[in-house]
Amino acid sequence: MDVKALLQPGAKAPDFSLHTTPDQSVSLRDLLGGPLVLVFYPADWSPVCGDQLVLYNELLQDFRQHGASVAAVSVDGVWCHIAYSRDRKLQFPLLADFEPKGSVARSYGAYRGQDGVCERALFVIDAKGVIRWSYLSPIGVNPGADGILRALESMQDDHRRLS
Amino acid sequence: MSQLTVPASARDHVRGSLDAPVVMVEYADFQCPYCGQAYPIVKALENELGDMLAVAFRHFPLATVHPHAQLASEAAEAAGAQGRFWEMHDVLFENQSQLAPEALLAYASTLRLDRIRFAEDLAEHRHASKVREDFLGGVRSGVSGTPTFFINGLMHVGFEPQSLLAAIHHASTRGGRMDKGSGARPRR
Repeated sequence: MDVKALLQPGAKAPDFSLHTTPDQSVSLRDLLGGPLVLVFYPADWSPVCGDQLVLYNELLQDFRQHGASVAAVSVDGVWCHIAYSRDRKLQFPLLADFEPKGSVARSYGAYRGQDGVCERALFVIDAKGVIRWSYLSPIGVNPGADGILRALESMQDDHRRLS
Repeated sequence: MSQLTVPASARDHVRGSLDAPVVMVEYADFQCPYCGQAYPIVKALENELGDMLAVAFRHFPLATVHPHAQLASEAAEAAGAQGRFWEMHDVLFENQSQLAPEALLAYASTLRLDRIRFAEDLAEHRHASKVREDFLGGVRSGVSGTPTFFINGLMHVGFEPQSLLAAIHHASTRGGRMDKGSGARPRR
């Protein structure tokens, strides 16, 4: 099986269309009104993931100040995502990379073949669909949000310099 | 390993002196059960180490999963505005299962605070911005969950007593300080 390395800054973010609910899908293009924080995580309900997504939920307004939105991807199915999202009161979409399993994660180099789950990986993608920052965290470690915030800030600085 | 981006200063609630050989900054959430477990451990360390250790408390409420955490933090700040931060901090951790607004008001009475001022502080969220400032400073320093400690500016993961004690001893012999402003004197 071909194992792809984590996509790096400068790469074009691979397009996708994934279910958020049984009858709704969302594509990368739908999500790119501005910068997008794309979070790959191993599983709904696992304690580390819980803390990580909850932290991003707390920071939505701060991400929004940079015009950015958040979406998170795991291989869990839509029903699992719905239950989990409701339980944690998450206010951003959880996308199901369920069938074919992990194909979007693979295209980002964020699939963990030996465990059959997504890696714990972060991407900041600009409005044009170019990856501006990526980070692969040890699977059991919550990567926090400082790297995301710094990436969004440096994008805003670049934007100011160019305009 | 992550470092503390906002040094401990006069803006913080500090038990002990900022000139102590070791300053430990704790990011915590009053409704977090792990913070509740860490509470007596931190107390025991303070008792054991005396003047060697100062402890600063910063708020990191995860309101998404802990619905009372934000107001509990504001309550601690409201008590702090009346000079009783640590008393309220202790009461909150000792009564973690009862942090609803009525309970917070009752604790204000127990601590003989000016109850009207306290209630107004909570109703108008006068201390919400300080709590948020703590939270965002924590995020900047790489805090992703609670409790998270910074011992002389270096992140320490976990709250197991022996590992905390070892980290404190290590920090006290390391000399240079990273968690203070320009006024810091390196110690040996």
